[in-house]
Amino acid sequence: MQEQNLIESESELKLRRAFANALNMSEKSVNETLLYASTPGWDSVAHMALIATLDSTFDIMLDTDDVLDLSSYPKAREILRKYGVQF
Amino acid sequence: MLLRGRVGWITGASRGIGRAAAIEATRHGARLILLARSQERLEETARRVEKEGGVQPKIIVCDLSDETALKAAFRDVHEYTRQLDFLVNNAGILRDAMIGMISSKQISEVLQTNLVPLIQILQFAARIMMASKSGSIINIASIIGRSGNEGQVVYGASKAGVIGVTKSAARELAPYGIRVNAIAPGVIATDMIANIPEPKKLELLRSIKMGRLGQPEEVAQVICMLASDYTSYVTGQVLGVDGGMWL
Repeated sequence: MQEQNLIESESELKLRRAFANALNMSEKSVNETLLYASTPGWDSVAHMALIATLDSTFDIMLDTDDVLDLSSYPKAREILRKYGVQF
Repeated sequence: MLLRGRVGWITGASRGIGRAAAIEATRHGARLILLARSQERLEETARRVEKEGGVQPKIIVCDLSDETALKAAFRDVHEYTRQLDFLVNNAGILRDAMIGMISSKQISEVLQTNLVPLIQILQFAARIMMASKSGSIINIASIIGRSGNEGQVVYGASKAGVIGVTKSAARELAPYGIRVNAIAPGVIATDMIANIPEPKKLELLRSIKMGRLGQPEEVAQVICMLASDYTSYVTGQVLGVDGGMWL
């Protein structure tokens, strides 16, 4: 159980860092309310940087449909779960 | 050795310009992923590449007009490598028809092979390249995409589209250090022109200032140059390799 919690927190940390790096914001500013095209800095250019970061961070390749669907921070978590990432 | 340590993906690699590009790139030290429809021809190219460069290329048999197969190809490439330094978007078909004789099937077939997958592959490659903030994408257009030609409305549209893709993608990807250029070959001695009637071939020859057909190797050399650091400040360009046909 402890190991499971460790995996979950690591994934969350990685996700927060990925958002912070791609959207050029502090990790503290990354929260559940981040929204594509509404959050300052999360435009289409930053979105592609975010996708590339998520791909490399979690060693996956997001499908184009998921790239288009990834519209918020909680949605990112939900999509990553489909690729076997545990939170 | 312009491409030592580089990883490149070449589509339409089983013959013509793609095959020549694979051989030239491996001579320059590149590790390659080769994609084409014909397994037999692709394996033959792979054997030649291995003989020339000493490194066995990764081969992917795929019909680019099949979206499911293309997605599988992406997964295949992703499993094989996380490094992609250059992409040669070369796959294409030629289907001629005069206005009034062009079927919807023909339009769909040409665009679904020459243009639609080129954009999808470019998107995929750009994502890998973004991680390293570098890369070179080389799209093979055609002189027909610039000047047009009788009987080639659909092919011309697809290749003009390739040029449009190149220019837009170059603008978008430049901030990531990814260069995107196109090559517009003239009349190159490949299977693609094998069925052109002799009188038409003679007419074509007369329109080439250098008075001869180009060889696939002559296009391949330019591909390697664009893939290399020799063109590190070149992006969004359409480079004619046509013996002076488009002047």
